[in-house]
Amino acid sequence: MAELKRTSLYPVYKDEAKLVPFGGWELPVQFSGIKREHEAVREKAGLFDVSHMGEIEVIGPDAFALVQRLTTNNVEKAVPGQAQYTAMCYPDGGTVDDLLVYRKGETSFLLVVNAANIEKDLEWIEKHAVGNVEVRNISKETAQLALQGPLSVSVLQKLTETNLAEIKPFRFRESVELSGVSGLVSRTGYTGEDGFEIYLPAEDAPSLWKSILEAGEALGVIPCGLGARDTLRFEAKLALYGNELSASVSPVEAGIGFAVKLDKGEFIGREVLARQKEEGAPRKLVGLEMIGRGIPRSNYSVYRGEEEVGVVTSGTQSPTLKKNVGLALIQRELAELGQELDVEIRGKRVVAKIVPTPFYKRSS
Amino acid sequence: MNLPKEFRYSDEHEWVKQEGGNKVRIGITDFAQSELGDIVFVELPEVGDELEANSPFGSVESVKTVSELYAPVSGKVVEINEDLEDSPENVNTAPYEGGWMVVVEMTDDAGLEKLMDADKYQAMVSED
Repeated sequence: MAELKRTSLYPVYKDEAKLVPFGGWELPVQFSGIKREHEAVREKAGLFDVSHMGEIEVIGPDAFALVQRLTTNNVEKAVPGQAQYTAMCYPDGGTVDDLLVYRKGETSFLLVVNAANIEKDLEWIEKHAVGNVEVRNISKETAQLALQGPLSVSVLQKLTETNLAEIKPFRFRESVELSGVSGLVSRTGYTGEDGFEIYLPAEDAPSLWKSILEAGEALGVIPCGLGARDTLRFEAKLALYGNELSASVSPVEAGIGFAVKLDKGEFIGREVLARQKEEGAPRKLVGLEMIGRGIPRSNYSVYRGEEEVGVVTSGTQSPTLKKNVGLALIQRELAELGQELDVEIRGKRVVAKIVPTPFYKRSS
Repeated sequence: MNLPKEFRYSDEHEWVKQEGGNKVRIGITDFAQSELGDIVFVELPEVGDELEANSPFGSVESVKTVSELYAPVSGKVVEINEDLEDSPENVNTAPYEGGWMVVVEMTDDAGLEKLMDADKYQAMVSED
């Protein structure tokens, strides 16, 4: 097995976190317990090391045209200082990756992509690059910390002169000074809570990690692992590439059709996605709640009678709801609220019903 | 690591406590519960089911993963811990007491010989 990669924060948490291999990386799955960390983010705030995520710069006079052609959302709507959630698709509508596009300037973009897809995405982007545009992978030298939860603003504010309240959701600011280090601060996240994602040079991350935890300690801010990140994003119905999204699942099917803008003109995958939006995609992502005893898990088959009608993409016991719930990709005709279906759990069919999603939505 | 000296242990991280006659109580070790993390679901066999040593007889699910339970001995299930249906977290908080899973009446007690004592189990876990 190839040696696992580690982020610059590894020496800081190696003795206090439970580490697991994840997409070629050795990362913390939990610090003090998934449920406790999950709760901290919902009620206070939690700090995540997500430095494994990929960062790709796309810069030059033809950068806009390239990003616009590669992604499903309309980059024209993003002004400098704005971040946009979007997807890259294959011509058949299958998903290359889902990502955030940060518009730094008229001709300067930062693409934040999934760790396991960095090489594939780079190749895809470079293959389509034409004209005067530079594509640069800065993943290795870039760290990312995510501070998530209702107390995020007040905790992070302690470290900076910049008025963070001015950074609205899906907006960002570059070169923000945070207790002696400088980074890009973005009002985004992957938990369904308010919060920030901070991009900074890898060598500065350990110092900022410690500063944030120190500033937040008295308020109940704790370090969190990938386990809680997954349950948090799952409750908020935020798609995970490899689960909800893949080369064989389109953004429309996976419930992120809001990030597919047909009025933006030509882009890769448009024809298929337009048809899916107009006529309905063959499959739809729905929420399932177990009626019988059992927990739906990814890749479990879903049946109606003897017919296999779908597959669970993610599932767990929701720490917030304490219910056994899942997301499942189901034949469109059956995707009605209240529809009862069976999930096959270790050879047994257990009854579930389709329920509204997201499972969790913050009140404010 | 907490390991009662008088128990026997399997390499699948179950503990076995002799209860008199041919009956044994079975659960998972402190090490196992700690590796799994927050346990949210326990699936157990029914009273009367026959278990075969080294075969799956149920499962334990944490928030993140599903882990199968393997019978450390052969025999018939005479009691199950029904409290775990509503309080699976007992496996985390008291793996050797409130977190027990089943009581089995063994076909014979020969199976016990194959299990490890606390020292040997400790050594196995430390190697991992």
